[in-house]
Amino acid sequence: MLEALKHLPQAEESQETLRSHFTDLNPALNKRQAAIESDRCLYCYDAPCTRICPSEIDVPSFIQNIAVGNINGAAKVILDQNILGASCSRVCPTEILCEHACVRNHDAEGAPVKIGLLQRFALDNAKFEQHPFQRAASTGNKIAIVGGGPAGLSCAHRLATLGHDVVIFEAKQKSGGLNEYGIAKYKLTEDSAQREVEFLLQIGGITVKHEQVLGKNLHLADLRRDYDAVFLGIGLGASRQLGLTGEDAPGLMAAVDYIAELRQAEDLTKLPVPKQCVVIGAGNTAIDMAVQIARLGAEQVTLVYRRGAEHMSATHHEQDIAKANQVRIITWAQPQEILRDAEGKVSGMRFARTKEVGGKLQTSGATIDIPTQAVFKAIGQCMDNSSLSDDLAKELQKQNDKIHVDAQYRTSVSGIYAGGDCIADGQDLTVQAVQHGKLAALAIDNDLKAKV
Amino acid sequence: MADLSINFAGIKAPNPFWLASAPPTDKAYNVIRAFEAGWGGVVWKTLGEDPPPVNVSSRYSAHFGKNREVIGFNNIELITDRSLEINLREITQVKKDWPDRAMIVSLMYPCEEESWARILPLVEATGADGIELNFGCPHGMPERGMGAAVGQVPEYVEMITRWCKKYCSLPVIVKLTPNITDVRIPARAAFNGGADAVSLINTINSITSIDLDQMIARPIVGTQSTHGGYCGSAVKPIALNMVAEIARDPATKGLPISGIGGIGNWRDAAEFLALGAGSVQVCTAAMLHGFRIVKEMTDGLSRWMDEKGYERISDFAGKAVANTTDWKYLDMNYAVIAEIDQDKCIQCGRCYIACEDTSHQSIAQLIADNGTRKYEVIKEECVGCNLCQITCPVEQCITMVPQATGKPYMNWTQDPRNPRAVLK
Repeated sequence: MLEALKHLPQAEESQETLRSHFTDLNPALNKRQAAIESDRCLYCYDAPCTRICPSEIDVPSFIQNIAVGNINGAAKVILDQNILGASCSRVCPTEILCEHACVRNHDAEGAPVKIGLLQRFALDNAKFEQHPFQRAASTGNKIAIVGGGPAGLSCAHRLATLGHDVVIFEAKQKSGGLNEYGIAKYKLTEDSAQREVEFLLQIGGITVKHEQVLGKNLHLADLRRDYDAVFLGIGLGASRQLGLTGEDAPGLMAAVDYIAELRQAEDLTKLPVPKQCVVIGAGNTAIDMAVQIARLGAEQVTLVYRRGAEHMSATHHEQDIAKANQVRIITWAQPQEILRDAEGKVSGMRFARTKEVGGKLQTSGATIDIPTQAVFKAIGQCMDNSSLSDDLAKELQKQNDKIHVDAQYRTSVSGIYAGGDCIADGQDLTVQAVQHGKLAALAIDNDLKAKV
Repeated sequence: MADLSINFAGIKAPNPFWLASAPPTDKAYNVIRAFEAGWGGVVWKTLGEDPPPVNVSSRYSAHFGKNREVIGFNNIELITDRSLEINLREITQVKKDWPDRAMIVSLMYPCEEESWARILPLVEATGADGIELNFGCPHGMPERGMGAAVGQVPEYVEMITRWCKKYCSLPVIVKLTPNITDVRIPARAAFNGGADAVSLINTINSITSIDLDQMIARPIVGTQSTHGGYCGSAVKPIALNMVAEIARDPATKGLPISGIGGIGNWRDAAEFLALGAGSVQVCTAAMLHGFRIVKEMTDGLSRWMDEKGYERISDFAGKAVANTTDWKYLDMNYAVIAEIDQDKCIQCGRCYIACEDTSHQSIAQLIADNGTRKYEVIKEECVGCNLCQITCPVEQCITMVPQATGKPYMNWTQDPRNPRAVLK
């Protein structure tokens, strides 16, 4: 997988040291800290944190439960709305969601309740004797879910709860989607993504089939024929291209692919780590990439973005993490040329200086060359067209190169639903994918009931 | 700087902060540390007949707030468990070494005249400034016919007070129990018996919490528990009311009151003094924080007095008594209406839901197109109950604004809506 970087040296530090660089970015709250923090919650009515939460978690209620020592109750309140609440508590950009909305930003103290950490506390410390959800009586319906990421898992759990039988078809060896393969290792540490999947599957009625790739060994027409409904939670499988000559040069690769390898690596010392590297992009993936490669030992990490810091989709919190890890951020520069050495390997990257004129981005004529052994692209993901290549899949109406769905997550093909990053209003947020999966499950359930 | 010294029923002290009769005043070691810290006086832990009682192990429990702050405190300790001889010797020495501090000796003896006749001369010989009769201990001792068992029978209160005045020349302070229906009755009994002062409140019968695993109340003694005496800041409102009840009772007019109950800072003390107390006694706050808290207490009180232009305690003592009255004399024409400062409001919605669910539906929730909430008082509906102001987490955000009604003072006895009003 890391073929493109095999000419680069491996990480220099010991496995133990490297592992220590990928422990929790935000240490968990202990019981006492959780008690103190939960007491700061004002138990707002019609609370803005809940209103802004894409998965509609009743935040004041779960925090009140923590405050009175009812940890299982707190966890249940969260899981009722968001079965992947544990990973969301770690990866959600709370600084632009619940914690941004917290009214305590506006009181004299001027600091929000640490909702993310409290949510994590509840889910990490809940001890359920049995799975906290029971299945309704069997409906006899069978539903296929393509993609075992947050959207698919959330959909599967809700459908199973409602009494349907579910088969998840997952392309990779493990379920979890980006939680397993795409999130910075210091955000979702160790095997937390797998533990969450195991917990979720305890509901029963969900079968997971791995290495089932839509468009290769799995076909939408078959699924539609064999199942009562199909949910597509296939994410965005392809990385956007720079569109420059030499994009396949050794030394250049997609950030998501490196992150996936890093997350799966048993032995971190075997990972290729360039001395200098450039990350192109401005989202959370770009930051995750830059910070992780710095933590693996890269000496010079430069993140380059074609617009200004204020336009970056990575939040201020994320940008601060990058700065704290000595990542240099260069703005107003767009990729112009991949510089290669005599052997054709990446030796640098030339950027054209940009400026905004009348709301449009223009190059200024100036360029900068950054010597580098590796370039990681993190300029966004797009639909992997091969996955929607069979005849039925081609019928799916698109919108902005993603799958179009109606308010009930129905695609243009009856019986086929979709949610998560692959649909038009997907925002690359785990919590939103979870919500899509949940709502799609309710829609499927409704539609199936209406059929009878 | 304001003069904090007091003369309470003939007992002089450099400041009004005394340590109440309790574990902090159990022996010379503690009392000396207290005097070194700056306490104006102490009421020595209650002496009783030899042999002294024996205490159990596990003695205190607390009612905690969510952040482990102690809201209320409960104890099942008895009176001193040291011998009379040791206590008297130590009292004598400490008073000799600290002549400017008030030294009051708490006593609890059976309802037998000869017991009191025997002990009182011994106490007087120590050089102490006064005695306090413990008629209030609510746990353990009443089972032996003492403490609250006496305080709950006005005739006993009066009788023992009379004996004390007979066998001793020191000022006699009668400590009252709150575990009764009307605190004025035992206060009147003490007054009639010749008491020089009363002190209140002693602790309130209490069970602070139950261990729900073991199904035993706290504090746990083996497999059982018993009720204790409740004190700490939670009891302050009860104590303030009882002090006020006595302060404004014509039958005991002029009777000095030593205020006790939940005093933890200068403001609490100022409130007791304003409501008619001439000295204050502190225990729980010292037990939770050590004797050093008297430093902030005296400093705070002194600065506040300077700010207000009060040169001495007597300048403001009792000033709130006349403003404390019966409900029927409150002005029926007075009106306040809540006002929300929209610049301070953080949109938590607490005032809204409190008013909507449990009061007068006087706050409107307005939802703007962009989803923001705004809470506004519906003036015509607001009765001025203060609930919204109480539930608001932001200081000074909701104010209760007096309305110009243009109507004169009119109390319930004068109100035409009162079927029993005496109308002119």
